[in-house]
Amino acid sequence: MIETRGLRKSFRSRAGRQHKTVDAVRGVDLDVAEGEIFGFLGPNGAGKTTTLRMLATLIAPDGGQATIAGADLLRDPAEVRRRIGYVAQGGSTWDDSTAREELVLHARMYGIGKADARRRAERALAAFQLTEYADRKCKTYSGGQRRRVEIALGIIHDPRIVFLDEPTTGLDPQSRAHMWDEIRRLRAEGMTVFITTHYLDEADALCDRIAIMDHGEVVAEGTPTGLKREISGEVLLVGLDVATTGQAAQLLDTEPYVAKLETVDGGGLRLTVDEGATAIPQVLRRLDHAGLALNSIELHRPSLDDVFLTKTGRSLRES
Amino acid sequence: MKFARDTWLVFQRQTQLLLRNPVWVFVGVFQPVMYLLLFAPLLKPALNAPTQAEAYKIFVPGLLVLLAIFGGLFQGFGLIAELRAGVIERSRVTPVSRLALLLGRSMRDVVSLLAQAVIITVLALLFELRVFIGDLLLAYLMLALIALMTSAVSYGVALKVKSEDALAPLMNTVAQPVLLLSGILLPLTFAPGWLQGVAEWNPFSWAVDGTRALFAGDLGNDKVWQGLSIIAVLAAAGVAWAARQFARSVR
Repeated sequence: MIETRGLRKSFRSRAGRQHKTVDAVRGVDLDVAEGEIFGFLGPNGAGKTTTLRMLATLIAPDGGQATIAGADLLRDPAEVRRRIGYVAQGGSTWDDSTAREELVLHARMYGIGKADARRRAERALAAFQLTEYADRKCKTYSGGQRRRVEIALGIIHDPRIVFLDEPTTGLDPQSRAHMWDEIRRLRAEGMTVFITTHYLDEADALCDRIAIMDHGEVVAEGTPTGLKREISGEVLLVGLDVATTGQAAQLLDTEPYVAKLETVDGGGLRLTVDEGATAIPQVLRRLDHAGLALNSIELHRPSLDDVFLTKTGRSLRES
Repeated sequence: MKFARDTWLVFQRQTQLLLRNPVWVFVGVFQPVMYLLLFAPLLKPALNAPTQAEAYKIFVPGLLVLLAIFGGLFQGFGLIAELRAGVIERSRVTPVSRLALLLGRSMRDVVSLLAQAVIITVLALLFELRVFIGDLLLAYLMLALIALMTSAVSYGVALKVKSEDALAPLMNTVAQPVLLLSGILLPLTFAPGWLQGVAEWNPFSWAVDGTRALFAGDLGNDKVWQGLSIIAVLAAAGVAWAARQFARSVR
């Protein structure tokens, strides 16, 4: 659905009298399949928004190529515009307009006739649970309501792909969960959804596949589970008394599913395993047979932050 | 066809929003009326005009051109607010014509200026101004072209500077000499030779002369076609330039 090769963009910035070139995006290759939620994860300033704006025809790339929904980005941006929807990060509604007016106008900007535009607006208002507020001015809406209007604007013309730039930034937890449901609903309707986010949990819970971006480059790409598994495997923390730790270590060290075994100071073991879910019952059985009592068992799955840390050498939370 | 439809769409939206804000409608009418009521009475003695009607013939066209210039030049502020709200970016991801994004807005400015002009003309009629309808329509065409140019330029500059803080001083700096050198408030016939020489290079000075000739019923005056042509060319250039800014503006 989206295919990019070597997409590049630099900006010239001026500090005093000196011109400096900033390479915002340095050669991005992406392959996004139809009907998936694809997430672009990275810290602020990584180049996510710049890439998105290039794909949405808002800025021209300096180099590289891209095909979006079958249309060539560089040669036929007008066709790309017809096939995609784009929802910007900072909002896109006018304070003194109503949601209905905005939806009708936006549909008509895509060349949709008046009557059809009204029908679509009505349908979108219902789908996003906005009918109640449809004729109030946008400035009276809550953050979550306004964001829903903006997403509805982005898909009013039934695009095959919709780009959502940080769709949940600034929303309270409840509106955020609500927004996730809306995004999943779009996927269920067959739309390809491309989002950017700097929230780890969002990329993890919402996206089918993600690309991790840092300093203008994609440093990792895959399913959230796959990426996490790739870096380290999962870790089991087995809580034991100091007295029994040695014996337990001897027992478990030879088990085939244990990739690595370390003892923890003050009692307990730290086991690196391929898959925690299948390892837990085996560990329990083994220790039980030997009559060793354990105080706790805890499964620690690597997070996307661990992935980011492995790939970039720093934590996403710090950058 | 698509272009005309897109322009109409933008025009409709902008007009609707303008009318929704009664403050602007009120200010737009109130200001020129104040000029007419509080400033114009000084003119008969100042210009040494034989009658009040003669004084109005000189002052009203100047006032109308003034409104057209200023009305247009400050439209960019509204656009900066739209930029900030993300409305422009939202329009730019649709296939809507870029020229229509500009022209729809400028057309609203032209129409609201013409509405002001009609109100002022009607009021001036009460003060015994007399002008032929054909001449008046040509004068309105001149005003429309001026407003089209100044509003387009203002939008283009707004897209370039993207901040009110930069736009305000810039527009004031442009507007002030343009105003003083166009003989709007007082005709430049009173000016010393060097000042007249400088004013020759001000296109608005030609526009004011042309409009005054029309109000005087002097359709055959060369200033009329000269003023109209100069302003028409500049308006076309201004629109072309500003439309390009709409096509490539970033955020």
